[in-house]
Amino acid sequence: MIEGAKWRRWVYFYIPLGGFVFWLLFPFYWMLVTSVRPDRELYRPWMAPNYTPFWTAHPTLVHIVDLLTETLFTRWMLNTLFIAIVSTLISLLCGVFAGYALSRLKFPFAGSLGTGIFITYLVPQTLLFIPLADIIRNFRLGDTPWALVLTYPTFLIPFCTWLLMGYFKAIPRELEECARIDGATRWKAMVYIIIPVAVPGILSAGIFAFTLSWNEFIYALVFLSSAEQKTVSVGVTSELVRGDVFYWGQLMAGALLGSIPVAFIYSFFVEHYVAGLTGSVKG
Amino acid sequence: MARVLIRSLNKFYDDVHAVKGVNLEIRDKEFVVLVGPSGCGKTTTLRMVAGLESISSGQVLIGDTVVNELAPMDRDIAMVFQNYALYPHMSVYDNMAFGLKMRKVDRGEIRMRVYEAADILGIRDYLGRKPRQLSGGQRQRVALGRAIVRHPQVFLFDEPLSNLDAKLRVQMRVELKKLHNRLNTTAVYVTHDQVEAMTLGDRVVVMRGGVVQQVGEPLELYNTPVNRFVAGFIGSPAMNFASVHVTNGTGGLRAGNTGLAIDVPAEIGSRLAPYAGRDVIMGVRPEDLEIANGGDPSGLCFEALVEVVERLGAEILLDLQVGEQTMVASVEPNVRAKRGDKLRFALRPERLHFFDTSSEAAI
Repeated sequence: MIEGAKWRRWVYFYIPLGGFVFWLLFPFYWMLVTSVRPDRELYRPWMAPNYTPFWTAHPTLVHIVDLLTETLFTRWMLNTLFIAIVSTLISLLCGVFAGYALSRLKFPFAGSLGTGIFITYLVPQTLLFIPLADIIRNFRLGDTPWALVLTYPTFLIPFCTWLLMGYFKAIPRELEECARIDGATRWKAMVYIIIPVAVPGILSAGIFAFTLSWNEFIYALVFLSSAEQKTVSVGVTSELVRGDVFYWGQLMAGALLGSIPVAFIYSFFVEHYVAGLTGSVKG
Repeated sequence: MARVLIRSLNKFYDDVHAVKGVNLEIRDKEFVVLVGPSGCGKTTTLRMVAGLESISSGQVLIGDTVVNELAPMDRDIAMVFQNYALYPHMSVYDNMAFGLKMRKVDRGEIRMRVYEAADILGIRDYLGRKPRQLSGGQRQRVALGRAIVRHPQVFLFDEPLSNLDAKLRVQMRVELKKLHNRLNTTAVYVTHDQVEAMTLGDRVVVMRGGVVQQVGEPLELYNTPVNRFVAGFIGSPAMNFASVHVTNGTGGLRAGNTGLAIDVPAEIGSRLAPYAGRDVIMGVRPEDLEIANGGDPSGLCFEALVEVVERLGAEILLDLQVGEQTMVASVEPNVRAKRGDKLRFALRPERLHFFDTSSEAAI
């Protein structure tokens, strides 16, 4: 908190904070007002005397109802949920083991291996989707959820590994040494001591991984083709924009509903998540 | 039968030779303290005994078993760490029970042993709490409790008191001593604090640069240090050292420099004789410097200028200028001295130490 006169607090704290909040929340507000706006208001020319872009005079749920009943939106939601959860679990499992090994075990090239894993995370997806498409085709996984479940970990595992590596390094080595003297094998020390202590880190890695796979666009666009296999991010943008016709109401309703699970997860785990990011292990 | 035997133990980290040929026998039920400045290899030695650090060469025996290749869990030891290393997600009870659970001890037995240890340490009321809800001293007790419930053959302590504040440290030191008397188990204790070493240890091992300097009972180290390092390390305030030139005078040997000149007493003379015409280091403890009275032989007296007076209550520390060197004297609290005073001090011949200038070994 900034000390001093009231105006200082306003100038250095509240006004910048307000600007930031506005900047972050305005898109959501825009999605909300647009999704409940009847077509009559939606397609009104901007020169019209009763043009009100920032609020809706006669809110309606018709777009949301249309979205849920006349499109495959619920199917897309379920697809995305399945893909995001499974790929997150795979990535967390690998990330926990890899992160633990890289931070704790002594083996040749451990350091350069860690850096190598990080570098793979830096390779852009736009570069990788072409060779990956070949692999997906060879395994005949195209147009199935498994195409994404198996390709998302290519960027989620390096990410989880790095985040967890840092977290494991912050856990005092003595905890594990003490457990090993107490009679635990390395495996048991990891399961009973290190992993429970690392729960905040594992949760935040999981949340990040979930969000990344929920929002992923390019692999989903390339590897899935039929409408009923699509994920929310691709489904909404490809099925609700037909040629140059934008179904703005449904588009915005889809975007709004699609962001709910992520928002829900963040709000639910926010405390663990912050603890995980600040890397605090309370002894 | 739980002696610990260390035979020519070495530790190399890449090209750093951290522990150099340590030989040590820790007898059954003995409390041995490893002491030395940081980086002297004391903790590495302890960790090799614990099995947390691989042994580069040499042997460690616990009881009659060579434990070099045994996992820490199979060595029947318990260790207390400097940062306590309590499992933060477990209650005090579970922390203490963990080792027994891992060893598949029967539930009733675990309960009995945890309660027994908790009673000894006075932490029975905290058994349900989490470590973060405890104070430093309480955490320390839990860490001790976790070690004693296992009834191990050997206790290993790695600077267990250095995270506590000064007052609590003194209190826990006494408790540790009592605990050892009660449990009567072999213990190896690492510290950098010589006071802890002197008060706790049945025997003390002074280390420097990976090499054992001297092993002995506390008073043995204090009275007859084998070299200048041990002499300076043990005792507080530290021993005064002065470089003196030995000359063969008419009445026997004399040793002196710009500030003091003394007649070397006959009992030391024979040892010092080969050094006639050379420099040696003379050491004298602050508490062995006494203000001279008329009866002291003048050949053992010198004059000093008082620079700083530190009144500690039970004693007064005087920072003295003697010729070109500074010395510290610890005198009775009733001595009235102030800055700028010239005082006459007497040396007691049997309390003088002499060290070779180059090897620093005691003469």
